[in-house]
Amino acid sequence: MVVFDKPHALNDIPFHYCPGCTHGIIHRLVAEVMDELGIEGKAVGIAPVGCSVMAYNYFNCDMIEAAHGRAPAIATGVKRALPDSIVFTYQGDGDLASIGMAETVHAAARNENITVIFVNNAIYGMTGGQMAPTSLPGQVTQTSPYGRDVKQCGFPIRVCEMLATLDGPEYLERVTVNNVKQIRNAKKAIKKAFQNQVEGKGFSLIEVLSTCPTNWGMTPQAALKWIDDKMIPYYPLGVYKDRTAAAAAVEKEEN
Amino acid sequence: MADKVLMKGNEAIAEAAIIAGCRHYFGYPITPQTEIAAYMAKRLPKIGGVFLQAESEVAAINMVYGVASTGTRVMTSSSSPGISLKSEGLSYLAGADLPSLVVNVQRGGPGLGGIQPSQADYFQATKGGGHGDFHMIVLAPSSVQEMAELTVHGFELADKYRMTSMILADGTMGQMMEPVALDALKVGEPVEKPWATTGTKLERVHNIVNSLSLVPEELEELNFARYERYKVIEENEVMYETYRMEDAEICIAAFGIASRVSRNAVDAAREMGIKVGMIRPITLWPFPKKAFKDSLATCKAYISVELSMGQMIEDVMLATEGKAPVTLCNRVGGMIPSPEQVLESIKETAARIGGNN
Amino acid sequence: MAKCKLTFKTDNCKGCGLCVDVCPKHVLALAEDQINKKGHHPVVAVNPEACIGCAFCATMCPDCIIKVEKGE
Repeated sequence: MVVFDKPHALNDIPFHYCPGCTHGIIHRLVAEVMDELGIEGKAVGIAPVGCSVMAYNYFNCDMIEAAHGRAPAIATGVKRALPDSIVFTYQGDGDLASIGMAETVHAAARNENITVIFVNNAIYGMTGGQMAPTSLPGQVTQTSPYGRDVKQCGFPIRVCEMLATLDGPEYLERVTVNNVKQIRNAKKAIKKAFQNQVEGKGFSLIEVLSTCPTNWGMTPQAALKWIDDKMIPYYPLGVYKDRTAAAAAVEKEEN
Repeated sequence: MADKVLMKGNEAIAEAAIIAGCRHYFGYPITPQTEIAAYMAKRLPKIGGVFLQAESEVAAINMVYGVASTGTRVMTSSSSPGISLKSEGLSYLAGADLPSLVVNVQRGGPGLGGIQPSQADYFQATKGGGHGDFHMIVLAPSSVQEMAELTVHGFELADKYRMTSMILADGTMGQMMEPVALDALKVGEPVEKPWATTGTKLERVHNIVNSLSLVPEELEELNFARYERYKVIEENEVMYETYRMEDAEICIAAFGIASRVSRNAVDAAREMGIKVGMIRPITLWPFPKKAFKDSLATCKAYISVELSMGQMIEDVMLATEGKAPVTLCNRVGGMIPSPEQVLESIKETAARIGGNN
Repeated sequence: MAKCKLTFKTDNCKGCGLCVDVCPKHVLALAEDQINKKGHHPVVAVNPEACIGCAFCATMCPDCIIKVEKGE
């Protein structure tokens, strides 16, 4: 009996990611969810600019490569043209929370019926390790060589918390993939985010805390630990919004 | 004889787009083209279409990119500053070979400029529109009827050649009211789009809509192939109108609102016995080079009448290969040359070339 | 105990070792004496009999190179 194999929605092209980078795990989880929900044939994915720019090569579903940060706008167009398709974006922190913040916020505010996979690794990986909107205070990067000075360049942005202030979005959860238990939990969240779209519930965003061993200057093992030690304290895991669950809770209370 | 209805230029564009089968419009309010958005907001939801006011011009053009990726007809419209914002998306649309229709109802610039008519985005539309080597098909209507006809034509060319068609109008054309025969609009057969990302249905290899190509040899090949397509367009899709050119010694080059003004000036000059005519480019890209070159058989001088500091004049000079002088007759900043100003320019030119005889 | 089988796409392995660390039965190691097409020391099963088919290794693998089979 096969206990574990590559999901169908992922093709055979080897990932270009650095050794130990957890992008590959997140790709696989998205593909596993597509398999399990049987949606690969009607899925259209939007790849970002950044490390996962070539995600369009890895997923077996139809794919579109976006301009930097514009994936949610493109996803809006696809979903509005093909309401029965399953549309997802896969974006990093620079793409989603810096150059594409407007597109992100407004897609969420409109409750576009799309699924957003937001990979937060607190750094710009593709360009060689510059400060990201989610880089931690004090974090050393190529463009914050003395550590991120919040007096000079401001504070990191907590995307889930910020979007949770909007009435629009259906579902917002932050997860990570730095151990087996967290990976299973992340998959559950990603599955729910796609299931919500299938059920027409609207905008779901899963923020996944991910590693960048190369640009953090660590071994892959140390990078997994850095998520526990540094990232989770600043970016607590959990559900930030679940409109359906909240409505059910209210109903229960009233009865 | 088809029934005619009185319409504003901007509304004619919107209704023609609907007749062409466009059911998706994305835009952001900006004067002087907002009637297009307002018209679409009213009409599209009633016919199963999608009108969406985007958060920015940047988002609007990327929504267009998304719909275009699915092989569905789609449009956006804006005015000069908004088109600058869309230029990123225009480049990506070109790089991914996606069809779309973009309307620019030009206003005076640069910067925020004014809200009165202009033709100062000629370079932007015909020479660039964004980073990288690419062209858009640029259509310049000079009547409300043409606003409608070129909109339909623009969609068809976009689908046929997998590229963006731009309607380059101006504030006057957008606001002008004229009778339009909508029944006269002819819509062709839909074009097959096997490249569209509509979902594989697990029946085919996945489609990828993409403008990234990291292998220089491959990117070069893509550029070469695209320009081969452009050559076909230059050979087959040039549109222009000539007016009183049979024996013309002076040729006016003018498009859009400038051509309407110039037509009056040509008539007035002809009354005075000056042999003047006009070539009105309808496609600004591809530019009617041959029409201008052929006109050298009789023409000794050219006047480019423009609402800019002289942009199309460069194409007229290139097309006439320096064999005859080309002068500029212009107003800018939202001003329009008067027929008297154009007539004055014709008279000066006639005196100059007459003196040479 | 049911017999388990691990299959690796060895040439896609980047030698990150995350699978090695997560294995509860110390089945895996990076092959110090091997270099794959990518130039990495790839993962190998040094103690395959101890495998319990938990698939922790495959779950942790960022490059999706491990297939896990259990039983008949």
